[in-house]
Parts: sequence; structure tokens; C-alpha cells
Amino acid sequence: MDFTKPTIEYADLWPMLVVYGVACLGVLVEAFLPRERRFGVQSLLAGAGLVAALVGTILVGRDLDVLGDGAARGTIDVEGTIAIDGPALFLWGIILVFAIGGVLLFAERRLEGGVSSFAGQAAALPGTEAERQASTRGLEHTEVYPLLMFAVGGMMLFPAANDLLTMFVALEVLSLPLYLLCGLARRRRLLSQEAAMKYFMLGAFSSGFFIYGIALVYGFAGSMQFADINEAVRNDLGNDALLLIGLGMMSVGLLFKVGAAPFHQWTPDVYQGAPTAVTAFMAAGTKIAAFGALLRLFYVAFGSDRWTWQPMLWVIAILTMVVGAVLAVVQTDMKRMLAYSSVAHTGFLLTGVLGVQQATELSDGEITSLQAVLFYLTTYGFAMIGAFAVVTLVRDSGGEATTFARWQGLGRRSPLVAGLFAFFLLSMAGIPLTAGFVGKWAVFTVALSAGAWPVVIAAILCSIVAVFFYVRVIVLMFFVDGDPAPGGELAVVTRPSVLTSATIVVGVAATLVLGVVPGPVLDLAGHAGQFLR
Amino acid sequence: MNDFPWLTVLIAVPLAGAVLTALTPRFGAATLSKQVALLVSLVTLVIGILIATQYDAGDGMQLTETHTWIKPLGVHYALGVDGLGLLMILLTVALVPIVFVASWHEADDRSPAAFFAWALALEAFALCVFAATDVFLFYVVFEATLIPAYFLIGGFGREGRAFAALKFLMYQLGGGLVLLAAVIGLYVVSSDAGTPSYLLSDLQQLDMSTTAERWLFVGFMVAFIVKAPLFPLHTWLADTTEKATPGTSVLLVCVLDKIGTFGMLRFCLGMFPNASQWATPVVIVLALISIVYGAFLAIGQDDILRLIGLTSLSHFGFITLGIFALTTQGGSGSILYMVNHGVGTAALFLLAGYLIRRKGTSLISEITGVESRAPVLAGLFLVAGLATLGLPGLSQFVSEILVMIAAFDYHWWVGAVAVTGIVLAAIYVLWLYQRTMTGPSVPGDEGIRDLDRRELAAVVPLVAALVFFGFVPMPMLHAVNPTVESLLQHVGVTDDPPTVPAAETEEGH
Repeated sequence: MDFTKPTIEYADLWPMLVVYGVACLGVLVEAFLPRERRFGVQSLLAGAGLVAALVGTILVGRDLDVLGDGAARGTIDVEGTIAIDGPALFLWGIILVFAIGGVLLFAERRLEGGVSSFAGQAAALPGTEAERQASTRGLEHTEVYPLLMFAVGGMMLFPAANDLLTMFVALEVLSLPLYLLCGLARRRRLLSQEAAMKYFMLGAFSSGFFIYGIALVYGFAGSMQFADINEAVRNDLGNDALLLIGLGMMSVGLLFKVGAAPFHQWTPDVYQGAPTAVTAFMAAGTKIAAFGALLRLFYVAFGSDRWTWQPMLWVIAILTMVVGAVLAVVQTDMKRMLAYSSVAHTGFLLTGVLGVQQATELSDGEITSLQAVLFYLTTYGFAMIGAFAVVTLVRDSGGEATTFARWQGLGRRSPLVAGLFAFFLLSMAGIPLTAGFVGKWAVFTVALSAGAWPVVIAAILCSIVAVFFYVRVIVLMFFVDGDPAPGGELAVVTRPSVLTSATIVVGVAATLVLGVVPGPVLDLAGHAGQFLR
Repeated sequence: MNDFPWLTVLIAVPLAGAVLTALTPRFGAATLSKQVALLVSLVTLVIGILIATQYDAGDGMQLTETHTWIKPLGVHYALGVDGLGLLMILLTVALVPIVFVASWHEADDRSPAAFFAWALALEAFALCVFAATDVFLFYVVFEATLIPAYFLIGGFGREGRAFAALKFLMYQLGGGLVLLAAVIGLYVVSSDAGTPSYLLSDLQQLDMSTTAERWLFVGFMVAFIVKAPLFPLHTWLADTTEKATPGTSVLLVCVLDKIGTFGMLRFCLGMFPNASQWATPVVIVLALISIVYGAFLAIGQDDILRLIGLTSLSHFGFITLGIFALTTQGGSGSILYMVNHGVGTAALFLLAGYLIRRKGTSLISEITGVESRAPVLAGLFLVAGLATLGLPGLSQFVSEILVMIAAFDYHWWVGAVAVTGIVLAAIYVLWLYQRTMTGPSVPGDEGIRDLDRRELAAVVPLVAALVFFGFVPMPMLHAVNPTVESLLQHVGVTDDPPTVPAAETEEGH
């Protein structure tokens, strides 16, 4: 049997390859450099690699082939397994921007008094002599940088994957490093390890569903390629039951990753337990990548069958919004509250996903569902990463103080930081003149335009609930007088280094600019065109 | 001169002033921020007057500016004034400096710079609301006004203000999100008809299906009913006015709440004429309930600020009644009512604030005999109160009589119910005056002084306006009538011709 070398279009793929290359390089650095020099080299390497990949993404994006009068642009590479098209590159761009933010937060060493917020020695059991020694010797894990790079690589491959197997591989590449990163907190290590364990167990379980679904869909279509599956769905070959069960199981896997109800249970525990820098990166990056994959799978592979999956998404979207908004109301921990609010945001995003229509059904210049979701993901990422970055600053003697009681009156002690946090919350609540408002407007519009008015009404009602729990935090920070609970101390804002400050400032600036002049980014998302088949 | 962006400047000056005021504490004494804020508000007043001098009553929408803002969404930065917008803008720019003078020491124990900066920001957004001719822009600033309002209520005022601010915000944002659904619906309808656009002038040409028009009307109306407020979505009003400072209450009730009735005229009648006619019976019933119920609630209050807040519920009932009677008298009367209510209620709030500052309590049962100690305060309070109950010769009378004519014209029982509101108004105003001002002065009141010059400077212009427009309402009617006529023409109703004996008609021709 002849072996033909597969053609690989390096000119299109190189931004992603740079990320993987830097990740491997990071492993070598870990093996060969002396311990004291690793931090500087690793953080610089990761940062430079991500910036190079971002520049590369822009360069590749500038000369994509235009197809069908600008309705889509891009090519399908590597023997049909990876689609480098407009939406994929847009997602790459925002993933890389938030990954750079993640690296900046990872490299922050001023808040913990000269060490990073990761465990000194992850292998040492919590509360043992070994842990104390690691702490006094000032050890730190610099493996987090290669892990982050691998995760970023997976995130880039996930929404670009154009066949089922590549998609599964990408899912695992993005997930495994994140499981590890979640368990590496320097403080409250048991909570962190529990989070990692939960995330891993449930993640593995959902991957099982996903791969089983792949098998069934392959059984139906006889191919892994999205284009062939689309063809099979269109011609309605074979056994419909296989298709439906397979589609359902793959949805379980993807909805787990985006954190949609009823597969959201991991979100609060993992967001709370993981080191906050990881939470920030993961909250933005994973959601973007997973939504990219979800969109491609549903729009490209099962686009002809949307009457089957749209009703399912209606139910899931409503359920997710209700669960996220209602449970966020009763939280008393900042990170958990943000986690449940991110579940609610998943619901809003799904509202946008289910608003897909044929191009012929849209009038000239009307906003498309893909455009709306891409824009929402951008605004959401900036607000989330900025909000979690602020959470890392608010500390008491035991490290980060995330319970509400500690935040009481923060607005009077540190008006600037509390004001910035309030701004992020207002954006998440969707108040006009912030980015979140335009995002919300866009996803609600496409859903209403597609006739999903029950979902939009549910979304509006959930937004009202969401406003309540965001504003409650603002009340807590600015307007609650009086002493803290007996025995409790109040948190204060620790002055961060320029790394965290830069992340927060960029988050605020982007949230404001996208709220006041969203036109350019909306245009860019529209310019990206449709997914390639 | 015509191309000069007057309205943008009008909005930009207070906005820039707000930033400047917020930064002043870094440079010097606390009074500096107050002086800067007052100066900015006076400059805004001058710009407002300059705009009024250029206004030509018969010329429809004027001083228009249109720039594309968010192209993919069909959103424009579009401003313009008509008679309605002009009066609202003038009311706003006039009330803000008055509130500043009256509240000069209100925030001294907290952060005066923050109070004045938020108030200026509120002014800027409110002006933008009244000038916006793009629905999306209107929605954005409509919601944006809530943020300064929220911080004004929550940051300054009496015990329990944090909860009052939260309740205020939840009601307003709830109404706002319903409005958002309707705004989104407009986009869908507009893009189904061709190219999406949010310009009011485009939307007025839109041919909507009856169902769509009614749903969108309901969405807009709910938000405006919360804002105005009308029964049954009024419960935030009394709590807010009770806890906030009187100055904040003036800005809220006399300026911000006008957005509700303003929106009914500009957007509900302007974009959904058929649905407005369809909904008239329900809205009129709600307005009547608000008139009577608000008055009864006001009579039962023991807190002056709550009482004044609830009188506004009654007054907003009158305004809405005038709007939805769909006659020119009703329309002009309600616009006039909006201005007069703004002036009269502002005077009442500020005078009540002075009184509370002197007595240290806002409970009517604990205040008595102020008349003998502070006759000027009591006298002005009486004039403002009489204006509120619609005494002829004071400005509110003119607007009230126009609304009454429209109400009787609509149906005799509507007019009959509305008249009871006036009787009840006499009860709550006069009884309030009797309990607090008359009677012997009580021991402990020796230290109570009459109004000083600063306090007089704030209130006298308001009372003077009440008297002046009571005798000379024509300038305002002159500005408003063309707007109302063209609006009603758009709705497609004409006034019933007056029934006159046939013989007289012949003589006339």
C-alpha cells in the first residue's frame, strides 16, 4: 500500500504551530535550566510566543481567500481536517488576547510577597513538613507556563477542527492541562485539589459521552468530515436514530465544556477552587473555544438538520439562564457568584446560537447569529478576565478574601478598584454604554429574528434577576455601613505589579470602547463571514 | 451658525463638567467642586436659552444632527428638538442650578464633589434623552441615567437609602429590559421591511402588522409606566423620595420621571399610532386610578417627603390622561403640565428640605407652628402648595383645565373621576399646611430661623415662574401646539368640531 504524504499548509497554520512549539520549548526549559532562572525565561517565552501567534493570526487573516462574494473566506487545510476560515481566525485572535492576559496574571508575584500564586511544590501534601519547606525555600512551579501554552493550543484547534476526531483530540489537549492547573493553588490547597479532581472526573465522563456520540454519528454518516456528515444529513441516508442519539451525546460533551445546565455543576466548585489567575484564563478561553466548536459542529455538520437541534437548544438555553441567574442570587462568595453568572452568560450565548437562519432569510445588513455570538464572546472575555483580576487584589491575612462579608465597604477604602469592579459588573449586567449591553442586544436580536421569542422573554426575565445580584455587590461595596461580622476582618486592596494592572486596564478600556463604539469589532465579526464547509 | 452642533454642546458641557467636578478634590478645598459644578450648570442654562432663541415653533424637528454610530445595527447618533423636547430641555437646565444652590450643604458630611458630579452626569444624560431622535440612542441614555441616579440615591440621604436605591434600580432596570425587548423587536420589524434603521423618522414610516405593533407598544408603555410612574408600578416612588435628599428627589421626580410621559408622546404615539388608540381605554383607567389612589395615599402619609412623592403619582395620572385623551387640548395641556409640575414640585421638595433641616425630622406629626417662626418659608410653601392643587392664577391651573377639558371630551365619567383628584389635592395640600405651619410654636423651636439668602435664591425663581406662567402661559403653548398638532395628525385623530347652534355658524361665515 502506498503512503502519500499529507499536505500541510504551514503558511496558514503557523500561528497555532508557534503556540505548540513554545509549549514544547517550555518543557525543555523546565528540564535543562537551573531553577532560579526558569521563571523569567518561561514567562517571557510564553508571552512572546502568544504575541507572535497573535501577529501571525492577523497576518493570516489579512490574506484569506474570499469565497462567494465575501459570504465566507478561508481554506480547508491538512486534508480536510482543519478549517482556517474567518470565524476560526477571529476566535484565535480573541483566545490569544485573553491568553496573554492569562500569562500576565500567572506571572504576578507582588501580591503573594515575591512568589507566584501557584503551589510551591504540588507533590507535597497539604499541611506537611514538605509543604512548609517548599514554602520557606521559595519554590514555585514554572511548569504552569507550558501547561498554559498547551491549553491555548488546544483552544485554537478546537474551533478550527473540521472533522470529529480532530475535534475530540483538541478537546482533550485543551482540557488536560487545565485539570492540572486547577489543582495548583498556593493557598487553600485542599479546595484547589478537590476542584481539580471534580473537574477531571466530570470532564472525563463528558469526554466519554462525546466520543460515543462521535462513534454513532460516524455510524450514521460513514465519515468523520463535517462536510460529508452535512451531505448525509441532507440526503437523510441510513438510520435516523443513530444520528439523533449521536447528536445528543456530542451535545452533552460540548455543553459540559461551555457550562450549560444541566451539565454546569462543576463550574462553581472549579471556579472557586482553582487559582484565580487560572479561573480568569479558563473562564474566558474555554468558553470561547468550546462555543467556537459548538457553533461549527451545529452550523456546519448539522446545519441542515437545525429543526432537530434548535428546540433542544431552546430548552437548554432557558434552563441554563434560569439556573445560573437564580443560583447566583444566593451565593455569598465572589468567585462562586461569578461562576454562576458565567453559567447565566452561557445561556445568553446559547440564545445567540439558536438564532441561526439561512442567509436568504436575513435582510441586507442584518446582524447574523454568528456575528452576534462572536461579539458576545469578546465582550464576555474582557469582563470576566478583568473581574477575576480584580478579585486577586482584594486580600486579607489569609490570601484572597472572596466572601462577601470581607468586601463590605470596599468602595470607601479603595474607590478606584471597587469602581473598576463595579464597571465590570455593570457590563456583565448589560447596562448601556458598556460592552455587555451591545453583546446582549446582539444575541437577543438574532434569537428574536429567528422567532425564538419565548427564549428572549426568558432571557429578559433572567437579565432582571442578574441585575439584582450584580447590583447587590455594588451596594455591598459602596453603600453598606457598619462593622464587619464579629470575628471577621475586612479585606483590603493589595497594590499589584504592572502585570495585573495592565490586564485590568486593558479589560476596562475594551469594555468601555466596545460599549461606546462597537461598530468596528461587529464589522470584523461580520467580515469574518460564515463557516466554511 | 445653523451647522453648529448646539445639542451636542448642550450635552457635552455638563458631561465634561461632571468629570471636572469629580477631579477637583485633588486640587483644593471642597467648595471648589461646588463652584465648578454651579458654573457648569449655569453655562448649560445659557446654552439652553440660546437654543430656545433659535427655535422656530412651526418648523418641526430642528437643530438636527445625524451621524452613523453603529452601522451593523442601523444605529445613528441623531439629535433634534421639537416643542416638546425644547420645553423639557429648558426645564432640565433651569432646575439643575436651582438644585445646586439649594443643596449647597447637603452633601458636606460625605463627598460634595461626588454629589455634584453625579448630578451633572444625570443632567447630561437627561438632556440627551430629550434630544435623541434615534430609538437606540434614546434607549442607551434612558438606561444610562439610572447609574448617576442610583449613586445619588444610594450615596446621599437618610438611613435606609441603600435599600431604596436598590429598589429604585430594580424597578427601573426591570422596565428598561422590557423596553429592550421592544427595541429589539423594532430592529427585527425594521430589518424585515428592508434595511435596519433606528432613526425615528424611518420608524415612523414603517408599516407594521397589527400584532407586532401592539406588542411593541406594550413593551414601550410598560417601561414608561414604571418611569412616570403610574399605578400599579409606582411603589418605588415613595420609598425613593423619602430616603433621598430633597435635591435628588427634584432631579428624579421633576426631570427623570418626565422621561416616562415624554416617551409616551414621542415614541408610543409617534411610532405606534394605531396601537395607542387601541390601548387608550386601559391606559386611561390606569391614569384615573393613579390620580385618585395617589391622592388618597398622599393624604395618609406622615412623612412630608413621602407625601410630596405620592402627590406626583396623582399628577402623572393627569399628564397621562391628557396624553391619551388624544385631543390637542389634552396633548398641549399635558406637556404644559409636565413643565408646571416640574416647577411646582421642585419648589415643594426644596422647601420641605429646608423645613426638615431646621426641625431635624420629616414627620408631619412632630412639626407644628412653623408659621410664626419662619413666615417666609411658610408663605412660599403655601404658594407652591396652592400651585400643586391647581389654584387659578398659578401655572398648574392652566394645564389642569386643559387636561380636564380633554377628559370630559373623551367621556363624561372620565372627567368626573379626574375632578375628584383636584378635590383630594386640596385636602392633602391644605391639611399638610395646617398641621405643620399653623398653630402655636412649640418650645424648642426658638432656634429656628427663616430662610437665608442662598435658600431664597433657589426657591424664589421657582415660585416666580409659577405665578408668571399662571398669567402668561401663551409662550409655552405657542411652542407646544404645532408639535401636538402634527403628532395627533400622525396618530390620525382630529378634534371633534365644537357643537355650536346653527344660526351662529351662519353668522360667523
